[in-house]
Formats: sequence, structure tokens, C-alpha cells
Amino acid sequence: MNADPTLERITRGNALALCAAGSWTAGFAPRLERLVTDAEKLAGSGPNISIDVSQVSRLDTFGAWLIERLRRSLAQAGMETKIAGLSVNYASLVEEVRRVKAAPDAETTAVTISGMLAQIGKTVAGVSGTMIGLIDMLGAVLVATGRVLIHPRSFRLTSTVHHLEQVCWRAVPIIVLITFLIGCIISQQGIFHFRRFGADIFVVDMLGVLVLREIGVLLVAIMVAGRSGSAYAAELGSMKMREEIDALRTMGFDPIEVLILPRMLALVIALPILAFLGAMAALYGGGLVAWLYGGVDPEAFLLRLRDAISIDHFIVGIVKAPVMAAVIGIVACVEGLAVQGSAESLGQHTTASVVKGIFFVIVMDGVFAIFFASIGM
Amino acid sequence: MTQPAPSPTPAPAPVEAIIRVRDITVQFGATRVLDGLNLDVKRGEILGFVGPSGAGKSVLTRTIIGLVPKVSGHIEVFGVDLDAASASARRAVERRWGILFQQGALFSSLTVRQNIQFPVREYLKVSQRLLDEIMVAKLGMVGLRPEVADRFPSELSGGMIKRVALARALALDPELVFLDEPTSGLDPIGAGDFDELVRTLQRTLGLTVFMVTHDLDSLYTACDRIAVLGNGKIIAAGSMADMQASQHPWLRQYFHGKRARAVMG
Repeated sequence: MNADPTLERITRGNALALCAAGSWTAGFAPRLERLVTDAEKLAGSGPNISIDVSQVSRLDTFGAWLIERLRRSLAQAGMETKIAGLSVNYASLVEEVRRVKAAPDAETTAVTISGMLAQIGKTVAGVSGTMIGLIDMLGAVLVATGRVLIHPRSFRLTSTVHHLEQVCWRAVPIIVLITFLIGCIISQQGIFHFRRFGADIFVVDMLGVLVLREIGVLLVAIMVAGRSGSAYAAELGSMKMREEIDALRTMGFDPIEVLILPRMLALVIALPILAFLGAMAALYGGGLVAWLYGGVDPEAFLLRLRDAISIDHFIVGIVKAPVMAAVIGIVACVEGLAVQGSAESLGQHTTASVVKGIFFVIVMDGVFAIFFASIGM
Repeated sequence: MTQPAPSPTPAPAPVEAIIRVRDITVQFGATRVLDGLNLDVKRGEILGFVGPSGAGKSVLTRTIIGLVPKVSGHIEVFGVDLDAASASARRAVERRWGILFQQGALFSSLTVRQNIQFPVREYLKVSQRLLDEIMVAKLGMVGLRPEVADRFPSELSGGMIKRVALARALALDPELVFLDEPTSGLDPIGAGDFDELVRTLQRTLGLTVFMVTHDLDSLYTACDRIAVLGNGKIIAAGSMADMQASQHPWLRQYFHGKRARAVMG
């Protein structure tokens, strides 16, 4: 049943014959291909040739096609070729492969220097498209917000609360843990280096200003971009792939209002809360290390902290949070809606949502730093 | 890549059972979906598998191919007990069957060409030329033109997705094919063509086909035998005539309902 396939060459006087035997099936395809390639070299060695397949015990598409390929290449070389001994069972299969036309070549793209330069050019040109897409989405969200303000009944409270739970409440443990650790590290490093100048106590100033103005909100925003921005992009992207967004639209709902506004709002509410909790955790961690490692007891720490920071520092930090949340949300939603049909595209856009989200968060932070410096805060 | 060992095939008796399912029980939480189910699929036949929605037709298919764990029972495919088989014996069996999933399950980031060539490329060390030729042959078998080869699944219509998925299921010339609702979502003409196609392929390639379907037309035109699932068991199995003669209430409703009369009419 599963005998190894063979293709023997038999010469009877002037007549040339090829005798196929054994199992001409997919499992033996590599060997069959070698046999047929060898036999193709016979092309032009005589006026006619017959391929005897009566000894073939099993035949499937692979075997049938290879016999057909052999027949074609021999016939093309001007030999009169016929197939003999074909059993009735396999006749329709051979008939089927006889209809196969030459395979079209795969569309391959060669890697050239000009091609690579063109790719860079396209990417740079695409930046303006990205910006327009973001501004477009910002506009759409603002219009939807306006509509909801005029008709408060269309506001999706349940959805907003659900997303708030996802991006805020469930994020609290990890955000608090990481900012706590960062506070510890800043404090430890500060004490370690300041000690040489006998300036241990100034670590409190550094910690307070750094955490409240910059690190607290920036770190939390970056974590939220990674945690919730990617989730938004993946959710919206898979909904887009499964035509759920088209379905919403055809039912007369605005996807911006139903899907994006609740997500954006949840993020805008969540980020200031998380930034506040993160700043507190970092201060706590920093204070703990200052006490245990630097010998600054909590009372002295708090006293120094009260002198070092003012409400301005806190306001500067917390004011940035909703803006960064909006940036993360808009980037994630734009990327989510840009997903095409394939799993690969979903992955690309989810990655892009995080990368672009973090990039814009840092750019925004720089803009804010310039702004606050110029108004003297 | 290992050269797959041609698995030892027992001498084909005329009514050899290619799939033997014995006393299968499948449970999700507290719901028992399949309850002591027995079923034989014979070599070379097209078995139509019907039953009410949610009765567990897809669950049985997925249990046989090993995607759903079972509580108890035995499954033999090609005479190999799939629970007792070694990993390599299982792979050998898997090489000999092809599966058409309900939604096609084409790899969305590969082109049609790459989708069909994927199993061949993984299992057999053959030249790119042969891969391309086999791909065109398979596309031809399922009635598609070679021009679609470089399209992505997201650029295909529903019927084309089913056809490409069938071509992929047939890529390694399997002896057994599982079709999960192959004609759902196709227009009646497309569905009729698909039935015709399954019939032709079964004749040309000597396939055994296990077809889950809701389509009465498919049952009439394509299937040799019909098995009906109800309450976690096979409530009836036999030819179309047997089904129509049955007195079981669900069968009576199914095969003598308005739609059935229209098909038979």
C-alpha cells in the first residue's frame, strides 16, 4: 500500500518508456519531485515516450500533478508523450490536474537602497497624516462632547463607569507599587550622593519638587499609555476587524459617542486620580527610605517638605494630567480605528498606540515645562 | 522538518470505520453537552451531521479533533486511539485529516498563496515551484482562479474565504475532511456549487467527509448518510429515506417542515 515510489526507464528497441510504481502521494513528495526532475532530462532523447502508471498503488494530487508536469515538459520538447495504464479510479484526478495553468509568480519586493529611502520618505510624509488624524479625532470628540452636553440623556454613564473601573480602580495597585518604588530609589540615590556634601536633608526638597511636578504625573501617564492605551487600541481594533463599528454606525449610533467618548472621559478622570495617588506613594516611599537609610526621622522630613514645596508644585503636576490623558486616549482611539483586516495590523497599531502615546506625553510635558517657566510657576 | 512516516494503514475493508467514537461525554461546568455518544464514520462516505442549534454538533467535531477535552470515552481515527497515541502518532494522524472551520480561520496576515502552502511547507521539503503548482491545483479544485493567490483574506468575499479554507484543508491531500457548516453564509447558488464541489472532490480524491450542516439542500444532494444529534446522543443515523420515515418528533419537524417540503418539492 505504501511502497516507495519509483520511476524506471525502460527502452524497448526505439520506444522509450517510463514505468511509475509505488505510492505517488504527498508523503513522498520530495522524492517524487527528484524522480520527475531527473526524468525531465530525457526530453528530446527520442521521438516518443510513454509513461506507464499501471503499477502505481496510490495516487493523490501531488503524484498526479508531478506526472502531469513530466508529461508537459516532455511534450514541450517535441516528444510525443502519452500516459498509459491509468486506472479508472484516478482518471478524474488526472483530468483535474490537467486543467492546472502555470502558477503566477508571487509578488516579491526586492530590497533596494532607493526602496529603503522611499520608505523613509513615506514615513516622514506620513507624520503630517498622523497629526491630521489626531486633530480630526480631537475635533470629533469635542463635537460629540458638545452634543452630549446639549442632550445629556445620550451620555453613556454605565459605559463610562465600566471604563473608569478598568483604567482607574484596577490600575491603582500597580501604579502605587511602582511609584512607591521609584520614590524609594530617588530618595536613596539622593541621600547617597548628597551625603558627601553633608546635604542629606536637601533630598526632601528634591523628592518633593521632582515627584509633584514631574515624575509623579509623567510616570503615571507613561504607565497608563502602556496599560490602557494599548487596551483601547486593541479593543477598538478588533471591533473594527469584526465589523462591529460598522454595525453600530448602520444602527444610527455614532461610534465616537458610544465607544470613544466614555473611554476618553474615563481616562481624563482617571489620570489625575492616579497621578495624585502615585505622587503620594512616591513621597511615602521616599520618606521611608530617608528615615531608614538616611536617618531623617519622619517629623524632620515633613517639616522640611512643608518648607520645600508649595501648592504651586502640586498644581503644576496635576494640571498636566487630564491633558496627557486626552492625548493618550486620542492616540489610542485613532490607532484602534486604523486597524485593517489582519492580526498583524492589529499588533502594529496596538504597538503604535503605546509608542506614539508615550512620545506625545513627553512632548506635552516639555511644552508644559516651558509654559510654567514663562509664567513663573 | 521530519519526513512524515507513512502511517501503517490497515487493509481497506469495504465498510471500515475511519472514525469510531465510543461513549463520549463532554461537560462544560455543570452542563453535559455530549452524554455517552457513539458514532462511526465509514471510509469514503459523506456523513451529514445535523441537530438543533446548540445541541453540540461543533463540540463533537472539536472533541474528535482534540480541541475540546472529554470527560470519558474513546475516539479512534484511522484505527489510532488518540488518547493513547504518542505525540508522533498523533501528528501522523493530524497530517491525514483536514479541517474547514466555520469562519474559515484563514491566517489573516498571510496571502491566499501562503495560507494554502503553509501546511505543505511545514510538512514536506519540496521546491517553491512545486508549492506554487500545488497551490494553483488546489485553487482550481475549489473553483478559484490563480489570480486570487496574492490577495489577503480580508480582501476576499465570504464564499471565497470558505473555498480558500477548503483548499487549505485539502493542501496535504488528506483522507478525511471535517467541514463545519461549509455552506452557512453562502447564497443558495454558491451553496449548491459548494455541495457539488464536495461531492466531486470526494469522488476524485476518495475523501471521507464529516460535514456539520444545517442546510437541507446539502443533506439531500451531498450526503450519503445522515446522523442526528439530540440530548447529547445520536438519536438517528441512516439514509435520507430513513430520516423521512422516522417518527421522532424533532426529525419529523425537520424533515417534513415547510422548508423541507420546499426542498423536496
